[in-house]
Amino acid sequence: MLHRYPKRVVIIMLVLTAFVAIFPLWGPLVFGAQSDFMMEKMTLMLILALFAMSLDLLVGIVGLVSLGHALFFGLGAYTLALASPAFSPAAIWWMMPLVMLISALAALVVGFLVIRTKGIFFIMTTLAFGQMLYYFVNTSRHTGGTDGVFIMFRPSVEIGGTVLLDLDNPLTFFYVCLAMVVVGYLFLRWLTRSFYGQVLDGIHDNEHRMEALGYATSHYKLVAFVISGVMASLAGMLAAMQYGFANPAQLGWHTSGEVLMMLILGGMGTIFGPILGAFAYEILQHTFEHMTTHWPILMGITIILAVLVLPRGIAGLIIDPPNRESLAKSPLLKWLKREPTATPPEAAKPAVSTTSKEG
Amino acid sequence: MDLAFFGVQLLNGLQYGLLLFLIASGLTLIFGIMGIINLAHGAMYMIGAYLVYDLTFRLGNFWLAILVAIPIAIALGLIIERLFLDTLYKRDHLYQVLLTFGLILVLNEMQRIIWGGDVHSVPIPELFSGRIQLTDNLQYSHYRLFVMGVCLALAGVIYWVIRHTRLGIIIRAGAVNRDMVEGLGINVRTLFTLIFSVGVALTAFAGMIAAPLTSIAPGMGDSILITCFVVVVIGGIGSIKGAFWGAILIGMAETFGSVLIPSLASMVIYLIMAAVLLVKPRGLFA
Repeated sequence: MLHRYPKRVVIIMLVLTAFVAIFPLWGPLVFGAQSDFMMEKMTLMLILALFAMSLDLLVGIVGLVSLGHALFFGLGAYTLALASPAFSPAAIWWMMPLVMLISALAALVVGFLVIRTKGIFFIMTTLAFGQMLYYFVNTSRHTGGTDGVFIMFRPSVEIGGTVLLDLDNPLTFFYVCLAMVVVGYLFLRWLTRSFYGQVLDGIHDNEHRMEALGYATSHYKLVAFVISGVMASLAGMLAAMQYGFANPAQLGWHTSGEVLMMLILGGMGTIFGPILGAFAYEILQHTFEHMTTHWPILMGITIILAVLVLPRGIAGLIIDPPNRESLAKSPLLKWLKREPTATPPEAAKPAVSTTSKEG
Repeated sequence: MDLAFFGVQLLNGLQYGLLLFLIASGLTLIFGIMGIINLAHGAMYMIGAYLVYDLTFRLGNFWLAILVAIPIAIALGLIIERLFLDTLYKRDHLYQVLLTFGLILVLNEMQRIIWGGDVHSVPIPELFSGRIQLTDNLQYSHYRLFVMGVCLALAGVIYWVIRHTRLGIIIRAGAVNRDMVEGLGINVRTLFTLIFSVGVALTAFAGMIAAPLTSIAPGMGDSILITCFVVVVIGGIGSIKGAFWGAILIGMAETFGSVLIPSLASMVIYLIMAAVLLVKPRGLFA
């Protein structure tokens, strides 16, 4: 991954952040009466951006493709829903640490088991563990089954009776989510540039070599798994506040697939890419939903095209803007110009490669 | 639990396990030989079931419906492999996951467009509509026995092809070292297309013969896909033998789990998987 981005990345991200931050100023002008609804959508996008970023640490930085990341997202949501008192708001001062603690413990146990596997096994086992919790909350009486659990009060942020932040206020909550994304981004940037992050980088490139150099790679991977899980659970907690309920669907593997899609759409391994990806994905979905009731088909086609045409995502376009040379090498052209179906074995050579080296 | 009831559950578990094997064998073959993780595998199971539902009512005959549906399923597999997977062999698993995830969305929504969101069922064909009287109040459906027989026969055929034919030698060699197989002058490209179509056809066929036993509903492929992932992980990816024993184990575990400990039934198979991972991270037969 890149440790130094071109200057335009920083500028673009700062401009976009400012643009989002002043939404209350331009929102009513653009969307009119729908402005409040759009701000809620925007809040959700910010939450998903945090979620997608947390997955980038695993997938983009360490190279562990998880298809069960919704487990932690849902865990955060359910922890908030189940631990909140029924008739009064919970204090954020103990709720947030509780969410982080529970998800960290879950990530430790799940991580301990899944880190032992590699590549395709890792994908399948993370998926299976995600589904395990999904079926549990779906059938258990204590978690409200398929209906989920409602959250009557958003946690309170107050010291000695003085309310610092009113999370029930949509505008306040919007800025809290924005702040979480900014803090999350800065944290991940700091982490990936630290010594620890460089070891993760090394594991991504060549795990055997890192092992030979004396690094206990599985410990490093486990810590990354836990950090990533905790961040995802915070996103889940915010999402539950936003929706007002925790629902099994937040845990399902479709959620895991979608967040992976945001990651790839934005450009993995760049940290800022997933933020763009989350926004792009949600905006696309919103647009398609308005076009047809069969919007998932358009979403599916978009995903397929993105995989075929844009393997490095939006971030790839910003870091290396397309030029004549890169366009000639684009996957789409390759796809259009691929060899005829009846190829002699020599010509088919590039179609076969070892998949074993991906870890 | 008396003996007859236990016997019925044993048969149910076996039947479910054998059905799982048909699906999981396709999944594990496609991964073992082609290195492709196919999330759309479950969707093909669903399409198999819907095809038979549709054709049974159109043609008026279940068996005829299956005969017509199989070529359609194979054709669909061919199209997907040639059009989309072709470019993915060189790329990371991540892209395969995403592309096949996109395929799921498209296939699921196509199903909704063509057949709608209602739950359907297919009557059990007349030939096997009878039941065996086990005890005074316990019966066992002929059709379930027939499904078991067909699955066992197919398992036998797969075993025979892989163990005793030239194609089987190529498949086994391909699972170990694809480059070497290609170096020996075998057209791996054609082999891939064949394997993918056969794998998809097996899954769709499983959906077809399961149609009279289950309710045909949108999203029915998603849950079975995850169960089959568990089967494949337990058995060891790429191993047909592993898929067989894994499927039987999971079939039994789910059946007995839902009878003995209903509150934890949905978690049992994952707990087994976790246990296997602890002892043998690469699966029991890999």
